[in-house]
Amino acid sequence: MCRLFAVTSDTPLSPMKALEALDAMREGHDGSGVGLFMRDLGGPFAAIKGAPILSGIFTDAGLKKLDTLMMDIGFMTKYRMGIQLPETPPAGTPPRDIYLIRAYDYPRTWENLAEEEKHRRLLKVRLQLREMGEAEGDMIVFSFWPDVIMIKEIGDPLTVGRYMDLDRHGITARIIMAQGRQNTNYAINLYACHPFFLEGFATMTNGENTAFIPVKEFLESRGFDGYIGFQSDSEVFVHILHYISTFLDLPLDAYKHIITPLPDEALNSHADASVLRILKQSCRRLIIDGPNCIIGNLPDGTLFMAQDSKKLRPGIVGGKPGVWAFSSEVCGLDTVIPDRDKSKDFQPMHLDMAMVGPDRKEVKVCRQTDRLSRQA
Amino acid sequence: MSANGQIIPSSLSISDLPWQIRWDQDKCTLCGSCTAVCPVNAIELGVFRKREITAGLGLAEKPSSSQSIRYGIRQRTSPAYACVGCAMCSMVCPNDAISPVRNDGSDKLRYHINQGGQPRSRGGRRNDPSGLLDQIKFIRISMLTDPALDAGRHTFDVNTLLGRVLEPRDALKHQREHGWMPPVREIYPLVIGGMSFGALSPTMWEGLQMGVAYLNEEMGMPVRICTGEGGCPPRLLRSRFLKYVILQIASGYFGWDEIIHAIPEMKEDPCAIEIKYGQGAKPGDGGLLMWHKVNRLIAAIRGVPERVSLPSPPTHQTQYSIEESVAKMIQSMSMAWGFRVPVYPKISATSTSLAVLNNLTRNPYAAGLAIDGEDGGTGAAYNVSMNHMGHPIASNLRDCYLNLVKVGKQNEIPLFAGGGVGKNGNLAANAAALIMMGASGVQTGKYIMQAAAGCLGSEQDRCNICNIGLCPKGIASQDPRIYRRLDAEKVAERVVDLYLAFDMELRKILAPLGRSTSLPIGMSDALGINDYHAAERLGIRYVV
Repeated sequence: MCRLFAVTSDTPLSPMKALEALDAMREGHDGSGVGLFMRDLGGPFAAIKGAPILSGIFTDAGLKKLDTLMMDIGFMTKYRMGIQLPETPPAGTPPRDIYLIRAYDYPRTWENLAEEEKHRRLLKVRLQLREMGEAEGDMIVFSFWPDVIMIKEIGDPLTVGRYMDLDRHGITARIIMAQGRQNTNYAINLYACHPFFLEGFATMTNGENTAFIPVKEFLESRGFDGYIGFQSDSEVFVHILHYISTFLDLPLDAYKHIITPLPDEALNSHADASVLRILKQSCRRLIIDGPNCIIGNLPDGTLFMAQDSKKLRPGIVGGKPGVWAFSSEVCGLDTVIPDRDKSKDFQPMHLDMAMVGPDRKEVKVCRQTDRLSRQA
Repeated sequence: MSANGQIIPSSLSISDLPWQIRWDQDKCTLCGSCTAVCPVNAIELGVFRKREITAGLGLAEKPSSSQSIRYGIRQRTSPAYACVGCAMCSMVCPNDAISPVRNDGSDKLRYHINQGGQPRSRGGRRNDPSGLLDQIKFIRISMLTDPALDAGRHTFDVNTLLGRVLEPRDALKHQREHGWMPPVREIYPLVIGGMSFGALSPTMWEGLQMGVAYLNEEMGMPVRICTGEGGCPPRLLRSRFLKYVILQIASGYFGWDEIIHAIPEMKEDPCAIEIKYGQGAKPGDGGLLMWHKVNRLIAAIRGVPERVSLPSPPTHQTQYSIEESVAKMIQSMSMAWGFRVPVYPKISATSTSLAVLNNLTRNPYAAGLAIDGEDGGTGAAYNVSMNHMGHPIASNLRDCYLNLVKVGKQNEIPLFAGGGVGKNGNLAANAAALIMMGASGVQTGKYIMQAAAGCLGSEQDRCNICNIGLCPKGIASQDPRIYRRLDAEKVAERVVDLYLAFDMELRKILAPLGRSTSLPIGMSDALGINDYHAAERLGIRYVV
């Protein structure tokens, strides 16, 4: 089973904090891999918020290919974080040439483009890089987005974190999502490791989505080039979030209604019954199934947790104004925010979604029986 | 055969018949029940004369000869009276003295059944007991990465949608702008397929309707039943139960005068309208109700004279192109109910199904597509149509679904699959396999007749005389002396039984797959088959 930990904090935190939380929950995961998502960065990246950052793993040959392509497009390196590695990687972790975290200046020709268009092009570049790396395996690209860093690797989360010496490199972030397992539902592949990222949206999931194939087929047929990959059944959670936010312009609380719609009896007595019924019918192909606890992050920084319709996976939210954490287990929460009021910890149940907005003042709980926050 | 009998080309012996009557003289009480019940008069009272010669051992006593007579059962061998194997004789025999036995050789009746130049027609299905659907296994068992669910304790939402489902963006736009939303019905995924009032006896129809009403109103299962082409009894048209009924219109338009005139008096809209263009059992051929079954009641409901055969044309005669035949007809039917009722076509599976489907994707009023495979049943058709015409349902459905996936309209036009679902009794497994290959639901008729009313027909050519109104169980007869054998209340009970059992079996399939939140339409990763080519063709896993 995966273990998940996410934190949102006014003060930037080291990703090692999140890995320590995963380590506290190590009885619940097999330590086969780690995925880290960091947003709203501190440290050296704090001053270059608007610059897109490329995160990935490259061989020396892959790096040359990257440089050639980026030069051709007109990207100039703005800041490069070199991660110095010890000679031998820990057991189970393959030797890598370069863990790349590099911020770029936009090409000159992009200067007058609208933000939206720039983002669209960033996605295209990321997909192009990913495709270029497919054959040789010399370029693995996790994200290419402003103010976002992602790291993924095979091996025990804390050991990998120490191996990369993340503390020493001064990476900090206000929003961190961490997951402690290489996806093993399908073949071992770093692209199958959570969290997943697409155009500012990120999710990670505990548990297998058994409705994977129909959901995947629906997404693939939307004609949007970002809906690719699918090495993991959990990747569709970020795609669904992206789809309902960008294509359908629905608020976050509608996400839960899309993936786990209310049963008909409950729907009939809902104040927004008519629109919810339409969503249930027209988005039927996006209904997920199986035991899933989803933690996600929106472009505005909102962090959320949602459960499947039977609440078959653990999940807890707690903290204090200024710092909140979402964790699979309470011991993860205790590791990072020991001094919170534990009586206010909240475990979202089958109808609930817990969210902490960018102001980090409180945990807001939406129940599916509530009215939608915004009309579709 | 008597000594001076004549042998003609079609003279057959009992050995030449597909079914042979075994009769035990010791057990028989000569009650006459079997000869009375036999629907085809294959057996009759036989008077057997026997001469016995008695010859003593010595010379003193002269040999003598005596004659004795005994009475018993004689099987007739004329093709017109050949035993159909229904075994009603066994059912009524108080002493188990009689039963039909299948000829273990090749029968010769098949060469002589076309007497008078009439090819054989019959009811039932394609005479082939094998089936691909039964080979499909559900291989993706949830266990540790995600726990299996509990079929008995967890809640399962297995209902499906019948009606045109709009693409999410369009749906929200229509909702915002108060535009027309195509009617969508939430129904149970096992639909009782079209069997007409006329093909079925009044008791059978009544039993089915009662069962369906009970399932809806007492068990909360939104089960729907299609009328087939034969109209609908006037009282049902004007009752609240009409909402459980899918009205079928086909090329003979039988009964539609009555239906159209009843529209202003309808308390409820029907569930849907099914426009039948084709039927899996006899693709490219129209419906057929033979004169035997067209009595006063049937004639009145259908709006035809009594005792005439009613062959529907193979196609809708008023239209000549796919656009007219499909688009305009769907529109007309939608309009008749103020665009509140889903209207969808039913076709027989064919290599040209995709052409129909592609046409439907461009028609905003098309509410779905029902495809009936070669193993579909019928009340009457030519044997050659049943046995040799048509396309298997599995690959046809899969092609259609994957075509919809390609254009991004999967489940927007729900596909309903039929034809051989539950052919060997595996109703839930067959249905689930079709659903996971892309069907939004399945239609079945034959299984319902077998399970709810004890239909004796089989794919080894047992009985299959639905066409001549002599159904020994009273299911497909219009003769009150026969159909009173069937108790409508008991049929209703069995309908409820079989649906509840189906529902549990469906959950027993879905729970181990970890599916409960929605019907797993298109969950092809769950399927496997021990046939490489079939696996390749269907896009499912090859497992050995």
